[in-house]
Amino acid sequence: MMTLKNKIWLGILACVLPLISLPVFAQGAVADKWKWLTFLVFGTIICITMYVTYLAAKRVKTTADFYAAGGGVSGLQNGWAIAGDYLSAASFLGIAGLISLYGYDGFMYSVGWLVAYITVLLVIAEPCRNIGKYTLSDILAYRNDPKKVRIVGALSTITVSTFYLTAQMVGAGVLIKTLIGIDYEISVIAVGVLMLGYVLFGGMVATTWVQIIKAILLVCASIVMVIMVWSQYGFLGEFLNNVVNDPKVQQRVATMLGDKAKNLSPAELGQIFLEPGLFLKVPLDQISLGMALVFGTAGMPHILMRFFTVPTAQAARKSVNWAMAIIGGFYVLTLFLGMGSAMKVGPANIAAIDAGGNMANPLLAQALGGGPDSLMGNFMMAFVAAVAFATIVAVVAGLVLAAASAMAHDLYVGVIKEGHVSQEQQVKAARIATILVGAMAIVIGISAKGQNVAHLVALAFAVASSANFPCVLMTLFWKRCNTGGIVAGMIVGTFLAIGLVMVSPNLTYPLAVKAANEKIVKASDDKLAKLNADLTAATMPPAAPAAPADAAAAPAAAMPAMPAVDPAVIEKMKAEIAKTEKAKKAATDKIASLGSDMTSIMGLEKPWFELRNPGLYSIPLGFLAVILGSLMYKDKRAEDMWDELYVRQNTGILAAKATAH
Amino acid sequence: MAETSINWVAIDNDPRFQRLHAKKLAFLTGLMVFSLVYYFLLPIGAAYFTDIYKVKVYGVVNVGILFALSQFIVAWGIAFYYTAKAKDFDAMAAELVRDAEKIGAK
Repeated sequence: MMTLKNKIWLGILACVLPLISLPVFAQGAVADKWKWLTFLVFGTIICITMYVTYLAAKRVKTTADFYAAGGGVSGLQNGWAIAGDYLSAASFLGIAGLISLYGYDGFMYSVGWLVAYITVLLVIAEPCRNIGKYTLSDILAYRNDPKKVRIVGALSTITVSTFYLTAQMVGAGVLIKTLIGIDYEISVIAVGVLMLGYVLFGGMVATTWVQIIKAILLVCASIVMVIMVWSQYGFLGEFLNNVVNDPKVQQRVATMLGDKAKNLSPAELGQIFLEPGLFLKVPLDQISLGMALVFGTAGMPHILMRFFTVPTAQAARKSVNWAMAIIGGFYVLTLFLGMGSAMKVGPANIAAIDAGGNMANPLLAQALGGGPDSLMGNFMMAFVAAVAFATIVAVVAGLVLAAASAMAHDLYVGVIKEGHVSQEQQVKAARIATILVGAMAIVIGISAKGQNVAHLVALAFAVASSANFPCVLMTLFWKRCNTGGIVAGMIVGTFLAIGLVMVSPNLTYPLAVKAANEKIVKASDDKLAKLNADLTAATMPPAAPAAPADAAAAPAAAMPAMPAVDPAVIEKMKAEIAKTEKAKKAATDKIASLGSDMTSIMGLEKPWFELRNPGLYSIPLGFLAVILGSLMYKDKRAEDMWDELYVRQNTGILAAKATAH
Repeated sequence: MAETSINWVAIDNDPRFQRLHAKKLAFLTGLMVFSLVYYFLLPIGAAYFTDIYKVKVYGVVNVGILFALSQFIVAWGIAFYYTAKAKDFDAMAAELVRDAEKIGAK
């Protein structure tokens, strides 16, 4: 039963959140006079999800309810929830942005996110459903020393979730500020408090429904926008033809290619947008990222956890199939969203608001609806902004639940209390852990303001693919695998992945930043010199004719000789000069802000490891650690339990009973 | 863990389980290897066979776009094929689940 106190809290939460956001907005992509629309849409979504949480809270009584929604989620529901858990703001805004700025490479990048689910479908989902209970460590603890593997499993779960969580929180703060101008700190707190509301009261039941609602909103928004894009630019062949012939796209490619673009025709430039090479320059990094995605997704604790919410292996299979249909369909749509916004809005305009292209989708929505001054345009942009917000909250809720379950179920109940905890106390422990993780997420999110968090997502996938995935796969499929292997694999995989990312190009290297900005200063100086010369030439009166034949005819004759005096042209030149000076000042300030320390936070002047994604090395080494650790360790229990684990993971004997208790 | 009368060793040694295990493992390994090879061809090809990706097939549509789109079709195809095949495994497993407590009863 939900207590009265809980109800009051939920009510306060629902009322206060939109209010605290109101007085603090400044500048954002949504114009001031349309912000009420964004808040209206935000408010509606928050109210619906709060109501769902209220209903869910009544159903959450046992540990199984809190962690796994009592195993009562259907395959279809879980498929949508997985999509909602997985499609983060990075997918919705980031990938469409990459495609709008870099064309083909952005689209190629999106493929790995779907292919990742083949690994989940074939080797992870069903075995985990058959033998697991609530957490990743439950799978590892099945035949290995429960205490030891729960400790390493929980630590790795908390590590992965915290990295991912921090990236999401910082992303949320930046995004909401860019979209509607709400202060960074307020945005982070709002996301944190909302998510806490869902998880704390509604546990996995509410989290599941919030994720389902968010996924439906995301898919609907994308479909509506893509249909509008198609109606203007045509379907596949015709659409791509329009992309190639779009002057804004051609201009973008010419800017990126620089000198190399000189001998190319506009059509050739446009065609390059559909070819690889504009964004992804390091082939090995590409392959390494692919490995991290394809193996890392299967090791993500918050994704694994979703398979404990369905009753059977068949339902788990069905949920991955649905998730693949939704996620894959979504990524196909991003091709049209990204390239559509490149044509409709223009890459230069998208990059002007956010260099990473994150504003491509919101700006496209606004343009499709009729532009910045129209009600429909602003309604659509408000809707997309609200969907992006819901997206972050839903992903964060899943992550917090995963980290909290590792803390409460694995560390407190499993290790400290050795399982001797009553149902009520377990749920209480889970809620306390949720508050801890939620508070931590808010604090880290605020303190990481302005930090480069791109490496945190790479880190999360690197640890999940190098530590969690080898351990889970080997304990499920390799007879000799034992406690020694799991502990070695978790430790080696985690530290190797983190270590390599910390010395990779993901971090900020002041020397490189300085060099890049010095280049901008120099280019700006050259451009300014040229612009000023042009301006002087244009405004200077032409030299007096050497031999004025007729005084009366002279002004008339001089007029056509000085067409550049057109005031509009002069204004344009002055604007260009102002823009260049602004760019120069920004670059100079950036150099000044670096201070005297010319090394990264690891004390390096330049990256020691050349890849942004360590998977290429850390994944094989993670597997090697599991194998060597297992061979060097004697563990009778792991061998004795093999038959039981292997039979159960393949057949699902007792799985239904385990769910029903 | 489970305080049941199930004799796991006996089930593991049961010819029906051995058949299920052998068929399933071979099938999964094959499909997994195929999907990995097909996927990694995309970034490898984009890096080392860029010229092939640029070949136009229909209008401005080039090999690269078609190959990237085919990744989606192939991924869905693999899921579909696996799901169809898994019905056989389900049937084999169902028999074992039904007889679980009888096989090698102590």
